[in-house]
Formats: sequence, structure tokens, C-alpha cells
Amino acid sequence: MASALMNRIARVGRRGLDTLASLGRAGFFLWRSLVGAPNPSVGGPLLIQQIYRIGVLSLAIVIVSGLFIGMVLALQGYTILTDFGSESAIGQMIALTLLRELGPVVTALLFAGRAGSALTAEIGLMKATEQLSSMEMMGVDPLRRVMAPRLWAGFISMPLLALIFSVVGIWGGMLVGVEWLGVFEGSYWGNMQASVAFADDVVNGVIKSLVFGVACTWIAVYQGYDCVPTSAGISAATTRTVVFSSLTVLGLDFVLTAVMFGSF
Amino acid sequence: MTDSSYILLDDVVFTRGSRRIFDGVSLAVPRGRITAIMGPSGTGKTTLLKLIGGQLRPDSGSIRVKGHDVPSLKRRDLYRLREDIGMLFQSGALFTDLSVFENVAFPLRVHTRLPDDMIRDIVLMKLEAVGLRGARNLMPAELSGGMTRRVALARSIALDPELILYDEPFAGQDPIAMGVLVKLIRELNAIMGLTSVLVSHDVPESLSIADYACIVSDGKVIGEGTPEALRNHASPKVQQFLHGNPDGPVPFHYPAPDARADWGGTVEGGAGRG
Repeated sequence: MASALMNRIARVGRRGLDTLASLGRAGFFLWRSLVGAPNPSVGGPLLIQQIYRIGVLSLAIVIVSGLFIGMVLALQGYTILTDFGSESAIGQMIALTLLRELGPVVTALLFAGRAGSALTAEIGLMKATEQLSSMEMMGVDPLRRVMAPRLWAGFISMPLLALIFSVVGIWGGMLVGVEWLGVFEGSYWGNMQASVAFADDVVNGVIKSLVFGVACTWIAVYQGYDCVPTSAGISAATTRTVVFSSLTVLGLDFVLTAVMFGSF
Repeated sequence: MTDSSYILLDDVVFTRGSRRIFDGVSLAVPRGRITAIMGPSGTGKTTLLKLIGGQLRPDSGSIRVKGHDVPSLKRRDLYRLREDIGMLFQSGALFTDLSVFENVAFPLRVHTRLPDDMIRDIVLMKLEAVGLRGARNLMPAELSGGMTRRVALARSIALDPELILYDEPFAGQDPIAMGVLVKLIRELNAIMGLTSVLVSHDVPESLSIADYACIVSDGKVIGEGTPEALRNHASPKVQQFLHGNPDGPVPFHYPAPDARADWGGTVEGGAGRG
């Protein structure tokens, strides 16, 4: 009985140590990938290629999702605000919701599913087919050549995608609120302009999306690099990318919201 | 251990998890020759190449390549040393998003500042050497297994290395592809004055081109010498490996509990061995 309890405690301790070691490896991995003098003539084209694959190819899902979320917000907001005779505040509600919360958070969740999983699978497969090893043996550091452009591309793409998401969402909200439900267009844009503060709302939203971008890309690239190089290992790593990224984004969102908007 | 050795392994011990892969391996690879390292599957032959290339670190012992103590090299020095080493991976390890031409051009683009037209000429020369100049525009997915290895070979000689490590170059090849690879390894070594280390379990092919060979089993070198000396080696284990006997010092049965425990004493002998 006592030994079973001790075994259980030891198991928990071992798992804690493994998690800590994994975090340490991930931190070391990020440091070694990003620190050092970049070579623009080599890194530039690689970075642009990755921004295209990670950012540009995620545009379709981000724009379509932003449009629908904006339209749904307008429908829901109109129903609730009409009860108080405040439907003219719908533009303000949609803009603040998107810029502060839904833009960064939903874009990050979409990014983790669309680009993060692809990054993990791609790097995991490169590891399984010995492409990373062969690069090392050619005297080329895969952390600088393969990982760094992908990390930077994710950091750059995410805030831009989140901004595009919010803009399209606001436009979608206008389509439903103004064109369909008949809210006065002047009050839709006017209230929005009067209530949205650039520093408090737009910049904070961008900071959030930047933090989410770093977290999601770091998790995705590291999971690929650290995976067991078998089909089951790559599958498990891809799953971990989506699960860890989603939970990290939601947890970080609470912390950032409390810091940015929690001055009661 | 002599000055003519390009690689020197001295009492190398390497453990993975709880399994001891090498238990005091010592080996000298002569400069300018083809050395074959042979042994049953799972004895850690590929691991040995990774130790030589500095991708793994031994628990103890020394590994010297070209006079450098590989495990103690700094990252930058290790990468510099690797520019003198070509490695042919068992899978070829071609970059799947690059064409055949770009795969061979990759090390040249990374490590040299040569103009494009010169890179083109060098790449075509290397591809010509492996007989695949006409395949320059193909993608790796369009190549057969033998062609993949030949392209990988062209890539590994792109920077004119001093040493080439071949990881199971003949595994899974048809007789023609195997003949082509044997010819290429022999000719490249002679023409370019390379030092070659060949890891394989294909005995006839390896011994036909090797100047020197050793057999690794159970974490140790169990026999070494010229192919002729190895064929006359006294060790029954060496003879079993060279002749491919199904049973002998390396048992047919994987270690198992007493057969009576599985069949209630109705079967005698057999499964308990090993």
C-alpha cells in the first residue's frame, strides 16, 4: 500500500521532471534558432517563402471565418441591443469584441489548426526521412536554415492575419447590421470611431496576437523537431501542437486580458 | 593506430537508454582506402557513422577524425569539419521540395560563393559522374530507389570531400542498381582519392570493394583485417556472419523463457536457448 503510494508519487515527480526538461529543451531550441547574425541574402528568400506558406495560404480560412463571425456578432448584438433601444451601438460592440478578443484568439486557434499542424508534420517528416540529419552532415545547421525562417514567418504573419480577421469581421458586421437589419450607417461607423481607442484597443489586440503568434509557432516548430520520427510519432506530435497551442492561447488570453483591460 | 589513419576510434562506449550499443570499440580507418564495417542488423552500424560524424556523443572513449577529437569540437568547428565529409544516407535523404539539380547544388549554394553558371557546370559534372545528368529536372518523388541513392551520392561529393560515409548503400537495391553503386563507390574512391567508410550487411558486395573490413557484433569488433584475412578468420561468429548460417554463435531463437512455461512441459528443447 505504502509502496504503491510511493510509486505514484515517484511517477508524478518523474512526469514533472520530464515536463521541465522538455520546456528547457524547447527554450534552448528557440534560443539557438533565433540568436545570431542573420544572413539576409540567404535568409530573406527563405523567410518570404515561409511567410507565403504560413501567412498567405492561411488568408482564405481567416477571411471566411472573420466574415462569418462578424455577421453572427451583428445578428446576436442586434437582437440583444434592440431590447435596450441601443442597436446603434452595434458597430462599437462588434469592433471592440473583434479587436480586443475574437480577432487575436480565433485567428490563433485557426492558425494552430491550419499552419501549426502543417509545420509540425512537415518538420517531423523531414526528421523521419533524415533530411535534417543530412543537412547537419553537410555542415548546415537545420535550426538556422529550416527552423528560424518558419519561426520568424509565424511571428510576422499572426498579427497581420489577426488584423485582417478583425477588419473583415467589422465589414461582415456592417453587411448584416446596416445592409440587412437597417442600422443607420453613420451611427455604425461613428460610434465605432468614437469608442475604439488606438492605443488601448488596436495596439493591445496586436500585442495579443504577437504573443499568440510566438506561442503557436514555437510549439508547432518544436513539436516537429522533437517528435519521434515514426508515423505514429508525427501523428502524436501534430495532435499535441493543436491541443497545446489552443490551450496556451486561451490561457494566455486570460492573463493578457487581465493585465490589459483588468484595471477595475 | 598510425598517422595514415583518417579516423581513429579508441575504446568507444555508447549507451542508448538502458541498452549498451558499443562496449569498447576501437578501430582505425586508413586514409585513401575503402573500409567496410559489417555486422548483423541492429548492431549499431549507423550509430557508429553518427558518432564519427559528431551527430551523437559517446559515453566514453575518443573519436578522432583528421586529427580532431570530434566529441569535444565546438559547434562551429564541427560544422566546418563536416564540410570535408560527405555522407550517403540509407534513404538518400534528398530534400523532397527541391529538384535533383537543386539537391546537388544545395551544398555548393550554402558553402561557396560561386556564380550560378559555375554551380551549374559542377552540378552537371557530378550528375554525369553518377550517370544522371539527364535526370536533373526530376523531383525526388519521381526517382527509383537506385536513382535516389545515386543523386544523394552526387550531392555528397558536390564539395569534393575527403571522406565519404556510406550508410547501407546496397540495402534494398536490385542487382543492376547494386552493380552500379559498387562501380561508383570503387571509381569515386580511386579517382577522387577519397577515404571511404562503408557500413553494410551485404557481405559479397562489401568485401569485393573494401581494402579493409571489420565486423561489429554485440558492441565489439569481433574481427578485422583485409577481406582475405577476414574470410580465413578463426572466429565462428565471423564465419557465421560471412556465410549467413541461420544458427550458430548468433542463435536462431530470440531469448525466451523455458519452453515448459509456455507449453506445460510437452515440448522439449528449442525455445530456451540464447
